[in-house]
Amino acid sequence: MSVVFILWLRELKKYLRSRAQIVASLGTPLMYLGVLGFGLGPVFRRAGEGSYLQFVAPGVIGMTVLFTAMFSGIAMLWDRQFGFLKETLVAPVPRVQIMMGRTLGGATVAVLQGLLIFGVTLVAGFRPTSVLAVILAFLIIALIALVFAALATAIGSSLKDMQGFQMVMNFLVMPLWFLSGALYPLQGLPAALAVLTRIDPLTYGIDGVRGILIGTAHFGVALDIAVLLGVGVLFVIAGAWRFSKIEV
Amino acid sequence: MSQDNRIIRVQHLVRTFGTVTAVNDVTFDVRRGETFAFLGPNGAGKTTTIKMLTTVLRPTSGTLELDGLDPVKDSTEVRKRFGVVFQDPSLDSELTAWENLDIHGVLYHVPRRVRRERGETLLKLFELWDRRNDLVKTFSGGMRRRLEIARGFLHTPRVLFLDEPTLGLDPQSRNQMWTHVKNLNATEGVTVFLTTHYMDEADRVADRIAIIDHGKIVATGSSAELKQQTGADSLEAAFLKLTGTTIRDETFSAEDRMRQVARVWRR
Repeated sequence: MSVVFILWLRELKKYLRSRAQIVASLGTPLMYLGVLGFGLGPVFRRAGEGSYLQFVAPGVIGMTVLFTAMFSGIAMLWDRQFGFLKETLVAPVPRVQIMMGRTLGGATVAVLQGLLIFGVTLVAGFRPTSVLAVILAFLIIALIALVFAALATAIGSSLKDMQGFQMVMNFLVMPLWFLSGALYPLQGLPAALAVLTRIDPLTYGIDGVRGILIGTAHFGVALDIAVLLGVGVLFVIAGAWRFSKIEV
Repeated sequence: MSQDNRIIRVQHLVRTFGTVTAVNDVTFDVRRGETFAFLGPNGAGKTTTIKMLTTVLRPTSGTLELDGLDPVKDSTEVRKRFGVVFQDPSLDSELTAWENLDIHGVLYHVPRRVRRERGETLLKLFELWDRRNDLVKTFSGGMRRRLEIARGFLHTPRVLFLDEPTLGLDPQSRNQMWTHVKNLNATEGVTVFLTTHYMDEADRVADRIAIIDHGKIVATGSSAELKQQTGADSLEAAFLKLTGTTIRDETFSAEDRMRQVARVWRR
């Protein structure tokens, strides 16, 4: 247990020390929130859907968590060759403990980033239904973070070089985000898009957060949580398996 | 078995990557407590052999033994017995020197008190004690190497692998580093397994030398024996006689590409 803890703590320490990175990573979500949140607001309202800012804020929080969690795992590739990862791979501890320490650390950092951007949405005018809702929503956000940190570990363990990184960003992370219903409602989508949104785990994550924070869920919070838990277990197993196979 | 004076036994070791045979039927022993130099041109198979001995790569065929144990089957037990300094850095540059050392101690289940005491002794020995609370990213190349070596000794390993530990260091740093390593080699009886491209260094520190080329061992013996065998007057001359003077062009791998990027970013 001490191994998992110290590796988790390491991720946290590194995060808290990298102030510049924290600020830089807020750029993209801020743009989505500011430009889309206010830019599409009037159209959204005219369509009779209410406040777009209220609608998109949970999506932007979800995006921050997705990007941060995915990045933590993919940074592993670098870490394996030039960093600390190799040191942990030759240590006399089960690989699964190292994987869990790293993944939980990455997930925790993603939740902290989510918390930060949640603060920003409040300043921008986002109003969740209650304080209790915020606490519950962050339990779901923690699940989202774990799902994608584990997925990233599985991918980071399987990639051979940095070229693969671009592939993952363009063909996995961006689609996960655009197909998640973070930016648009899931009702009345064309059939193909409807199917794609339904196989994206982030869709359920954002739907759950939205359901709790503003009271409108497409699938229902219970189903959202069930899907996240199921996918989470699957990805953690996949991550642990791929991680155990790493050769340097 | 553990009374055997050979701490490492390698027999008919083979490792292939696709169609390339990096290590081709290699057999050698390393004696307990000695300093053993593994020399060879670029791409000869040195690092691949070290990776297999240190459990991060599986052999294609052949047998390996470290302190009587099989690195493939008893990887956890084997990992307790060695320390390693890889060719590429493996420190966390966002953490302090002390934190790097301390995490290592936890990973190797070194009790807290021992971690503190031995950590202090080693950092003082490698002249890093005053900088223990500084982030590693502020360290010079030589300091980082010293820290990695100190860390490798923390859990009192029986074998310490050093893969080109002095690459890029000035003669002063190299000299000082070897003094400390040889000291610990003598006082703690730790076996040192090293690779290097500096022949003078191998000549000075190694008890025995094996020369590998094209994945095969071409000679083994003390520096004097190798010189005598080839009729050369220096180890460098002996090395060139054994391995030829052609320059080896390694294929540029994904690893090299990353190394190039790393050089630009100077992490």
